[in-house]
Amino acid sequence: MPKLTIDGKEVEADASMNLIRAAELADIEIPHYCYHPGLSIPGNCRMCLVEIEKAPKLQIACNTRVAEGMVVHTTSDKAKAAQKAVLEFLLINHPIDCPVCDQAGECKLQDYYMDYDQQPSRFPLPEKNHKGKAIDIGSGVMLDQERCILCARCTRFFDEITKTSELAIFGRGDHNVIDINPGQPVNNKYAGNVVDICPVGALTEKEFRFRMRVWYLHRTTSVCGGCERGCAIDIHHHRGRIYRFKPRFNPGVNDYWMCDEGRHSFPGLQAETRLTSPLVQMKDQLVQETWGEGVRRAASIIADYKRTNGPNSIAAVVDATSTNEEAFAIKQFMKTAIGSDRIATLCWSPPGASGDDELLIRANKNSNTRGLAAIGLSADGLDGLAAAVASGELKMLIAFRADLVRALGEEEFVRRFGALDYMLVLSTDANETCQMANQVWPIAAYPELDGSFTNFQGRVQRINAAFPPPGNAIAGVEAIARLGHALDGVDRPHAADTVFTAMASEEPAFKGLSLATLGEHGLDLAAG
Amino acid sequence: MERILTRWLDIPDLRKFEVYVGNGGYKALRKALFEMKPEEIVNEVKNSNLRGRGGAAFPTGVKWSFIPKDSKKPVYLCCNADESEPGTFANRYELEFDPHCIIEGIVIACLAVGAHTAYTYLRGEFTVQKRIFDAAVAEAYANNYLGKNILGSGFDLDIFTHRGAGAYICGEETGLLESLEGKRAYPRNRPPFPAIQGAFGCPTVVNNIETLSNVPHIINRGADWYKSIGPEKSPGPKLFCLSGHINKPGLYELPMGFPLKDLIYDVGGGILDGKALKGVIPGGSSFPIFTADEAVKVNMDFDSVRAAGSLMGTAGVMVMNEDTCMVDALKTIAHFYHHESCGQCTPCREGCGWIEKLLTDLEAGRGKIEDLKIMYDAAANMEGNTICVLADSLSMPVKSFVPKYRDEFEAHVKLGRCPFKTTSAQQAA
Repeated sequence: MPKLTIDGKEVEADASMNLIRAAELADIEIPHYCYHPGLSIPGNCRMCLVEIEKAPKLQIACNTRVAEGMVVHTTSDKAKAAQKAVLEFLLINHPIDCPVCDQAGECKLQDYYMDYDQQPSRFPLPEKNHKGKAIDIGSGVMLDQERCILCARCTRFFDEITKTSELAIFGRGDHNVIDINPGQPVNNKYAGNVVDICPVGALTEKEFRFRMRVWYLHRTTSVCGGCERGCAIDIHHHRGRIYRFKPRFNPGVNDYWMCDEGRHSFPGLQAETRLTSPLVQMKDQLVQETWGEGVRRAASIIADYKRTNGPNSIAAVVDATSTNEEAFAIKQFMKTAIGSDRIATLCWSPPGASGDDELLIRANKNSNTRGLAAIGLSADGLDGLAAAVASGELKMLIAFRADLVRALGEEEFVRRFGALDYMLVLSTDANETCQMANQVWPIAAYPELDGSFTNFQGRVQRINAAFPPPGNAIAGVEAIARLGHALDGVDRPHAADTVFTAMASEEPAFKGLSLATLGEHGLDLAAG
Repeated sequence: MERILTRWLDIPDLRKFEVYVGNGGYKALRKALFEMKPEEIVNEVKNSNLRGRGGAAFPTGVKWSFIPKDSKKPVYLCCNADESEPGTFANRYELEFDPHCIIEGIVIACLAVGAHTAYTYLRGEFTVQKRIFDAAVAEAYANNYLGKNILGSGFDLDIFTHRGAGAYICGEETGLLESLEGKRAYPRNRPPFPAIQGAFGCPTVVNNIETLSNVPHIINRGADWYKSIGPEKSPGPKLFCLSGHINKPGLYELPMGFPLKDLIYDVGGGILDGKALKGVIPGGSSFPIFTADEAVKVNMDFDSVRAAGSLMGTAGVMVMNEDTCMVDALKTIAHFYHHESCGQCTPCREGCGWIEKLLTDLEAGRGKIEDLKIMYDAAANMEGNTICVLADSLSMPVKSFVPKYRDEFEAHVKLGRCPFKTTSAQQAA
């Protein structure tokens, strides 16, 4: 690997690396706008001009590969003058409407102005060029042509990643604008990514506009639960509310991107229908009770069935959106606290859901299908349970996240499971299945959980709790641990990391893994 | 002096195939086809010291030698006829009056670099020229000087002509390639250079028309003959485009190294209306201006003009007399580059417009003295910091006009109006 010197620091970098990436290895930031590691290199913004010894003029770091013995200066007088000059040029026609711009706080124009420029404007305000503002270009993306610095990240994304070319540059010179072709709005399942990669406030998300100042947002690393791809994301939240999902780089899983369906899935995770208290069916009505009451009630019912009809009169259905830890905790609970081997999974996608595509989207909308399989939960088993209900062997069902009524349709659910005596539903939301339940327990949605998902490729990725679940809702493993303890007095692990540790020792697929070492990109399941 | 590039002045209807052949046309092609190996052609052109006439003055033979010998991809030749530098009008005459010489040059160049397809990229406005050139191409095809198995040599070549849509940037060689490929003419980053990755990702030579017109003569008469015309390092016959406040503006063929003084006062018949000379831009509007004192000392060849502080570019010689408002002249130049900047790189996109705005204010007497520094800074910050040299093309005039005619710029500020417009009534007019 070539060795070079950047700002006096010796760096050893792969020969394929450009100077921006190589400098990152030495913790040196070379400012840039148009360069994006996931896209081609246009070299148009000129922000990354650096001085290279023996080169006659400044070179753009983005389009310069490392070379043995290269000596690079990013803070020399010449380089600093160029950085300052480029910022001055970028800002002369910029509206500087930061107070009403959603990008403020995460805007590279603001950041670099403070870092590299800081000179007063030498351009008279009334003479700025005017262009289109607040243009709805489709797919929930708003365009402000005046804020645009024409770095062409968005056009390159649509040209190179989705290969659909909805956006282009029109006009020339300082009248250049990004725009859609006349009458052809953006209609793209990945459009939100252009908002992410826009370094300024030119492209903003309709749903996010004017909702929240970005400096109030906290970021929690997680994984999108929208499908079995499991795109790495950051959850941006404030006071227990999610304001947006942003993709997080994970090579081989989602690279830099995510789909709009996943991006806009968070309102469904914090809907009005969220459950906040344990409920029990009383005179055809669900009424609130405490966790203590609920757990004691469920434990005594389970004990009754166990005694009268045997352990196999009780079954569990685990939804394939459950975390690895939840699935493992239930499996263990069924085995040790009840002794039942009736455990099925529910893996379903709503009708009309998007199918597999060539980029990220998977037809299977269940975030942890592969994880459940790796834990050894059978891919379906619902037919077997239905048969056991029909034969009268199965009396009680614990539905974990599984919205059976919605998945099967009410008629089919009643036909198969209508004869059940008792149903305990652990759910995030008050859904139709809850209406059919004898007991309902509120559990945390995945943004409120520590734990992990295993994507369809077998990548185990960590999720982190952004904030606590609403009301009296608790983590699913905690609820299971409480029920287990009420049944047999055994203390079960109820924190994600301890459950994971137990899982790693019990389940061969998770051998050698631990929650703490999954890292930002996750780790693959053990082979075999 | 013998006319070489402008033989059409002596030979009526030279554009016609029979006339061209009757006057020794396509002899060089026969020689190249049947008596020379490709590398011999390259070497002959290399030895002739022919330098590109498109403005950059790069040695043509050297450029040809950059084409990989064992390329698995096809090799292309692009003939740059997107002549749009203000003050330049040589290519249009060549296309109109001597198209077969261009075709002959193209075939020889293709033979030298192993290209079997050549594209001629014509400026959008060249409608008549395209018609004439296309007719000549058709004649060449009909007589097997183009097409399959040219003159039985086994060498195939097709020429396609392509007209641009009226953008100066398409004359920049990589902008031309992008435009040729049907894209927006955004110049490309180099490396890779066109010789490695040019048109459609294949090795490509881009040559100016005037450069290619020289090639048949070099093949016919040899490198030594060619080098004997003008200075050895920058030799050959040259087309000078003389315009501005001059008695006899027009296109003149003269040997390289011809004194600018003689070009203006002898060939050009002196300054219009007997006025005094104020300044000369020697190479098209992109380049630094010479004051009258500087101009009379310069010889017109690439190296001499460079040594004197400007560039010969396309030899678009623009003469300005003592009545010229230099602020207005620079404003006109700035307007052009502002209009023609493709807008790809930040400094050029924003800087050209900024400079034009400053000059508009200065010329109208609304400027401030500090605007001169701002304008100079903006020009300096543009120069050398962009993908192509369009930014430099405005930067260089600004950086030469402002110091050389500073008193005029300051006079505009002090008077609050243009001193060349004497009354406010005239100003309004």
